[in-house]
Amino acid sequence: MSETAKALPVGATMFGHWRPLAARYPFVVVAAMIVLFFVLAAVFAPLLWTNDPLGLNPLNRLKPPSAANWFGTDQFGRDLWTRTVYGTRVSLIVGVAVAILSISIGLVVGMLAGYIRLLDSIVMRVMDGLMAIPGVLLAIAMVSLSGASMFTVIVAITVPEIPRVVRLVRAVVLTVREEPYVEAAIAAGTRLPLILIRHVLPNCVPALIVQATYVCASAMLTEAILSFLGAGTPPEIPSWGNMMAEGRAFFPIAPRIILFPGAALALVILAVNVLGDGLRDRLDPKLARRV
Amino acid sequence: MLSFILKRVLATVPVMGVVALTVFLLLRLSPGDPAAVIAGDYATADQIEKIRIQLGLNDPILLQFFNWLVKLARADLGVSIFSNLPVTTLIAQRIEPTLMLALSTIIFSIVVAVPLGVLAAWKAHTWVDRAVMVFAVVGFSVPVFVMGYFLIYGFAIGLRWFPVQGYRSPFVDPGLFISHITLPTLALSAIFIALIARITRASVLEVLEEDYIRTARAKGQTERRVLLRHALANAAVPIVTVIGLGVALLIGGVVVTESVFNIPGLGRLVVDAILKRDYPIIQGLILFFSFLYIALNLLIDIAYTLLDPRIRY
Repeated sequence: MSETAKALPVGATMFGHWRPLAARYPFVVVAAMIVLFFVLAAVFAPLLWTNDPLGLNPLNRLKPPSAANWFGTDQFGRDLWTRTVYGTRVSLIVGVAVAILSISIGLVVGMLAGYIRLLDSIVMRVMDGLMAIPGVLLAIAMVSLSGASMFTVIVAITVPEIPRVVRLVRAVVLTVREEPYVEAAIAAGTRLPLILIRHVLPNCVPALIVQATYVCASAMLTEAILSFLGAGTPPEIPSWGNMMAEGRAFFPIAPRIILFPGAALALVILAVNVLGDGLRDRLDPKLARRV
Repeated sequence: MLSFILKRVLATVPVMGVVALTVFLLLRLSPGDPAAVIAGDYATADQIEKIRIQLGLNDPILLQFFNWLVKLARADLGVSIFSNLPVTTLIAQRIEPTLMLALSTIIFSIVVAVPLGVLAAWKAHTWVDRAVMVFAVVGFSVPVFVMGYFLIYGFAIGLRWFPVQGYRSPFVDPGLFISHITLPTLALSAIFIALIARITRASVLEVLEEDYIRTARAKGQTERRVLLRHALANAAVPIVTVIGLGVALLIGGVVVTESVFNIPGLGRLVVDAILKRDYPIIQGLILFFSFLYIALNLLIDIAYTLLDPRIRY
C-alpha cells in the first residue's frame, strides 16, 4: 500500500478502495464474506428451505442426508439442516449481545478506574481476581444456579469477559491522560465527564472494535461449551451446543449430528477471529506490531 | 530478591480474597432461593430446609462469609450434597487423569509450537511463515470439542488407530495410557500450539533485530546457534508468561475434553456436579482451579528473577 493510501482516514481505505483491500487482505475479505453469510442465514432462516426446527417426526429418525433432509435427521426425526440454520441465530445473538454488554460495562469501569486514582487499585484487584477464575467454570456456576435461559447465559458469559476490556480501556486512559491536549482541557476547566467523552473515549474506540470481535468469537465458543455440558441455553432452543450434546449418544452411528453444527461453529468462530485480526492490522497498528 | 518474592507473594492475597468473595457471593446473589435451586424441582420443603442448614444459609451473611473463610483457611472445601464425601477427597480421587492430560498437553504443545514459532520468525514473511500463522489462526478457532469429535471420527472410528474414549493410568499400563491419552492431548493441544507458536514467532522476531544478533552472526556463529542460543533464549520470558496465562484456557479445555473422551477426571466431576446441582463441588473446584492458576503464575514470576538476570524489580 502506498504512503498516500496510508495517510487517508481509516474509513476511506476500508470502504473506498475495495480492490486494493481484497488484494492485500484476501483472508480478511473471505472471512468478512463468511460472517456476512452466517448473518444472512440467521436473519432469513425461515426462508432457507427450512421447516420447523422443533418439529418431531419419529418415523423419520436418524435418516442420512437426502433431498428432503439435506443434513439428515436426528434421533427425534428433526431436520438437521433446519436446526443448524436456526442455531446460527442463537450463536450470533449470544456473541453480539455479550460483545455489546461487556464492551459497554468494561468501557465505563475502565475509564473510571483509569481516571480516578482511588478507584483504580480497588477495581484492578477485583479484575485480577475475576481473571484468575476460569471463565467457563464461572459461567457454568452462574447458569446452573440461576436456571438456564438465554438471558442468564448471556450474563454468565459477559462477566468473565469484562476484566480484559477494563484492562484495555484503563491502559489507553493512562496513556491518554498524559497527552498535552488533555492537560490543556483540564487547564481550561473542562469537567471530568466531558474529558472522558470528548478526549478519552475516541482513543479507546479502535482497540474496542477489535476487542469486540474477539469477545464475540469467544462468547459464541463459550455458549456452545455451556450448552454442550448441559449448563447453557435451555434444551428446547436449537443451539449448536445443544445439538452436539444431544448427538453424543448417537455419535458412532450418526456422527453428522455432531459434525455439522460443530463445523458451522468452527467456521464462524474462525471467520470472526480472522476479521478481528484484519481490523486490528487496520485500526490498531500498535497492537498489530506486537503480536 | 527476597523482598521481591515476599512482595509478589503478598500481592496474591487480595487476588485470592476476591476469588473467595466471588465464589461466596455466587451462591448468595443468585436470584431465587439457592437451596431450592440445588434441591431441584421435586424437592419437599423439608429437603430444602435441610440443604439450607447444611450450607449455613440461615446465618447472617457476614457470619456466613467469616465461617467460609475459616473453612477455606483449613483447606476445607465443604461436603458434597449427594455423596456426603468432602470435596477435597473427591478432588484427590479424580486429579490423576486431569493432571496427566494437562501435562501431556503442555509438553506436546511446547515441543511442537516453539520450533514452529522459531521457524516462522526465521523465515518471516515467506510462505513458511504464512503457513504457520494460518495454522495458528485455525488452531485457535476450532473449539476443543469440535476438534475432539473430528479426531474421534477420523482416527478412532474411521482408522481404528486409537480407542474412542476412556482413560488408563500410566502407573498400571503405560502402553494403554498412551493410546488413550493421544487423541485428547491432540484435541486440547491445538489451541495451545496456536497460542505458543504465535507468541514465540513475535518475540523471536523482535529479538532477531537486536544488535547482539548481528554481532553473533558477524563473528561467524552458525545460524542454528544464533537462533537457539541467542534469539530463543532471550525471547523466553514472554513465551513462558503466555504458557502460564494459558493455564486458564487449559482448565476450561480440560473440562470439555474430559466430557468428550469420557475421562474420569476433575472436569467430569464438575459436569456431573452441574447435572446433579451438587453446588459445593462446583464451588470447591472453581476455588481449587483459581488458586492453582494464581500459584502457578506466582511461581513463573518468581522463576523469571532466578532465570533472567536482566529482570530486577
